[in-house]
Amino acid sequence: MANVPEDLHYSKDHEWVRVEGDQAIIGITDYAQNSLGDVVYVELPKTGEEFAANEPFGSVESVKAVSEVFTPVAGAVVTINESLADEPEKVNSDPYGEGWMIRLRMANPGDVDSLLTAAEYEDFTKAESE
Amino acid sequence: MRYIPNSPEERVEMLEAIGLTSAEQLFDSIPEALRLQRPLETPAALSEIELLDKFERLGQQNAAARRASFLGAGAYSHYIPTIVDHIISRSEFFTAYTPYQPEISQGTLQVIFEFQTLVCQLTGMDLANASMYDGSTALAEAVLMAERVTRRSKVISSAAVHPQYLEVVKTYVQHAGIDLELADFDQKTGLAGAALAEAVDDQTAAIVVQSPNFFGCVEDLSALADAAHAKGALLVVAITEAMSLGLLKSPGACGADIVVAEGQSFGVPLSFGGPYVGLFATRDKYARQIPGRLVGEAYDKKGRRGFVLTLATREQHIRREKATSNICTNEGLIALAATVYLETMGRRGIQEAAHQCLQKAAYAARRIAKLDGFSLPFAAPYFNEFVVRGPLNSVELLSRLAKDNAIEAGIALSRFMPDRDNDFLVCVTETNTREQIDALVSALSEL
Repeated sequence: MANVPEDLHYSKDHEWVRVEGDQAIIGITDYAQNSLGDVVYVELPKTGEEFAANEPFGSVESVKAVSEVFTPVAGAVVTINESLADEPEKVNSDPYGEGWMIRLRMANPGDVDSLLTAAEYEDFTKAESE
Repeated sequence: MRYIPNSPEERVEMLEAIGLTSAEQLFDSIPEALRLQRPLETPAALSEIELLDKFERLGQQNAAARRASFLGAGAYSHYIPTIVDHIISRSEFFTAYTPYQPEISQGTLQVIFEFQTLVCQLTGMDLANASMYDGSTALAEAVLMAERVTRRSKVISSAAVHPQYLEVVKTYVQHAGIDLELADFDQKTGLAGAALAEAVDDQTAAIVVQSPNFFGCVEDLSALADAAHAKGALLVVAITEAMSLGLLKSPGACGADIVVAEGQSFGVPLSFGGPYVGLFATRDKYARQIPGRLVGEAYDKKGRRGFVLTLATREQHIRREKATSNICTNEGLIALAATVYLETMGRRGIQEAAHQCLQKAAYAARRIAKLDGFSLPFAAPYFNEFVVRGPLNSVELLSRLAKDNAIEAGIALSRFMPDRDNDFLVCVTETNTREQIDALVSALSEL
């Protein structure tokens, strides 16, 4: 069973959002990393780049496929997880911790209200895998 | 991948298997009105004797091929050892395709791996792909890659890059949101290096320089690498005469980030301009941004060494419109010819051939410069090509030499640069004999 922490917000594209003040930390879920398989490369944006909600901000390459990753909330990139350049496998081993991808300064902190809760996301993934 | 012929009986059998009675039925989905409805008008079959005679006569019409030639400008006459044609004609190798299936293609994959290794050794770079169509498309791909790597959209190119390469680059970038600027060359030296170093700023994705450049002049790549890197830009080096790599300090050692070259000089016949082969090499850290195919070394379950296509997630059959390139193939057969050539010549052979080019070009240039009415307008050092300024319009001069002396003495620069009526580009390689060079000099002196 995939791990779905209670305190995060989720998107239907399988990203999670952790809110810290007006900033959002974004990564992909345990369910997503498990479906992708071993991650070998993560392509991330540059600091300062701005994204609208649901825009792709980078891509994750696994041994199976390349998938775009989308930001569920709008904002400007404050920092990216540089360590993924050398250790992309962190996305598999610790998707909600060391495998985080970008930190955004949110343009509309209200964006998170439209995202799924942990319980809703869990139902969503169950329905998707059926 | 071989051509497998089939007999009429086998064709009938195949048609039966899919429930058809004639091959024509395969085209039923094409509307009647669009079909030819008659056999193609091809000439009747000739006997072997007749055929050889026909082509012999056709070949004799090609008068230019029998003249002493000093033509270069992107396509170079070098000696091709007979082993090259022999090896590439073997049925195991004779295909233009990149092999997808490692389990049946180890020979071809190993050759491509060797080709990549040789390209790295020649250019001084970490990583090379399985080849591009030719030097000019390789350069265009390098420009697109520089934009991907730096996420900047301004590219500054030397105006002394081969004009046809520049045309190809313009075609590629015109709808890619890349702003291509030109930095002019110095009228005295023939070099664009100083102007390029001047023009680079922190919006620049890459400096593009050709060396030896279109005029044959050797640019200072190390200085350009420093200038580019100081602004966070990449240095893209293009080479039309790959033989120069046998003698000049490698672009990699000078700090280049992407090196592209036309590989025709390595065992590939001139054949009216193609097919040729593009070399593409870069640094390890940009591996995921390269265009085209890449063969890697791998080990199977039992630890045996083998070769496979690798990092294919860059390619369009997996990544669609986000692919690094729309080219997902390579010049397999021509890359094979280059590989056989380089492995036949070896390190010393390439050096020797490059040295002969340099020496013979220097001899020709020195003698021409002494002739009344002739001069060499550019002062920079050259490899095997140099610009000559003559006493009359070079188109006229060159056609007179071709007609009266059976010498193709060079290429008129006015074809590319309208203000250079009296300038022409002369190329000398190891295939030009001293007698040919002396005949060229005496023909020029008698004009």
